[in-house]
Amino acid sequence: MDRVRLATIWLGGCSGCHMSFLDLDEFLIDLADIVDVVYGPVVDPKEYPDNVDICLIEGAVCSDEHIHHVKNIRAKTKVVVAFGDCAVTGNVPAMRNPLGKIAPILQEIYCERPETHGQMPGEKGLMPVLLDTVVPVHQVIKVDAFLPGCPPPASRIKEFVQLALSGAELKLQGSGLKPG
Amino acid sequence: MAVKTLTIDGKAISAREEQTILQAARENGITIPTLCQLNGTSNIGACRLCLVEVAGVPKLLPACVTLVGEGMQVSTDSEKIHEYRKMIVELLFAERNHVCAACVENGHCELQDLAISVGMDHSRYDYMNPKCAVDITHKRYGIDHNRCVLCGRCVRVCDEIEGAHTWDFQGRGANTRTISDMFVPWGQAVSCTSCGKCVQACPTGAIFRRGSTVAEMQKDRTRLDFIVTAREKKQWIA
Repeated sequence: MDRVRLATIWLGGCSGCHMSFLDLDEFLIDLADIVDVVYGPVVDPKEYPDNVDICLIEGAVCSDEHIHHVKNIRAKTKVVVAFGDCAVTGNVPAMRNPLGKIAPILQEIYCERPETHGQMPGEKGLMPVLLDTVVPVHQVIKVDAFLPGCPPPASRIKEFVQLALSGAELKLQGSGLKPG
Repeated sequence: MAVKTLTIDGKAISAREEQTILQAARENGITIPTLCQLNGTSNIGACRLCLVEVAGVPKLLPACVTLVGEGMQVSTDSEKIHEYRKMIVELLFAERNHVCAACVENGHCELQDLAISVGMDHSRYDYMNPKCAVDITHKRYGIDHNRCVLCGRCVRVCDEIEGAHTWDFQGRGANTRTISDMFVPWGQAVSCTSCGKCVQACPTGAIFRRGSTVAEMQKDRTRLDFIVTAREKKQWIA
């Protein structure tokens, strides 16, 4: 059997979902026998490869760079998974949405607060441009499966990965769907 | 007392004529999900989660405010109903800012439990991200409108059980807000008896007891002094 090509990515999130993935403990050793991690913070290649079987996307879509990433992932990946509440709902990164457009928020934080240096960070084009509205991944690309939780507990990730490896329908049930 | 016979999900049951479909279903061990329904207060059919199909009726009916009828054939378990329930819960999540991970009610919330029970894994609807206030002017309690689902349980429990009618609604549709007295901060609502019934009635983290959120814990050392005084002076005084 061909080895499964697994990718992960960390967008607008706290990396807690990746930490929870590491909490799989000895199951990671079993996984290493059948899975190649071809992209993600753990292995850190610069380019997202072709022909990825499954990609776990952690984090909400917050910037133009994130949009580029998820579209690229969609084009090169068979099964795209919204991994954790930020990817599924927007969650904590989306808490800025009710405050309005991003420009006045940045202006206030970097220029108007007395404790700041009174200038926007970075030259134009250097930093990703933040979106006015943070959105969940499925609002930008088609998502094949959802793995909620903040973070998803390791037991839930294990159940999900086992479903994926067995080729079963990627749908969690019952308390496996609990957000938060 | 007249008795009506009907079927719910094919099960033949009898119910008193003044009973609702919801009451009859519950008496017979048939679960219909609810959110705005609260035992001891009137039913208003606000949340629509208890919608059921009745044979011969072209629209879905809320079980909490529909009386049983002779020969009624009620269905609570069809694919259509399951889909509608899921849509309703998704709409509730999309309408306000329900951030479970940062909510005082996380793990004990009726809305969260509903999401699990209807099998919601994401919301198909765009989030509305409304700007919502948090009112912590009351000395004991707070209300976070980000988490409010407009079920009206606080309004009814305050009016019908406590008899104060501090709570009511202002505005319409998604812009509706739960308000205290004539739209004054809760801490200034003179009709409020601070009984806390709304805190217990609220299904989500919208109305909460202060001191239960992050960094709000305040220790009361006088409790220890009370014991020390009792031991040393043999007096149970504060």
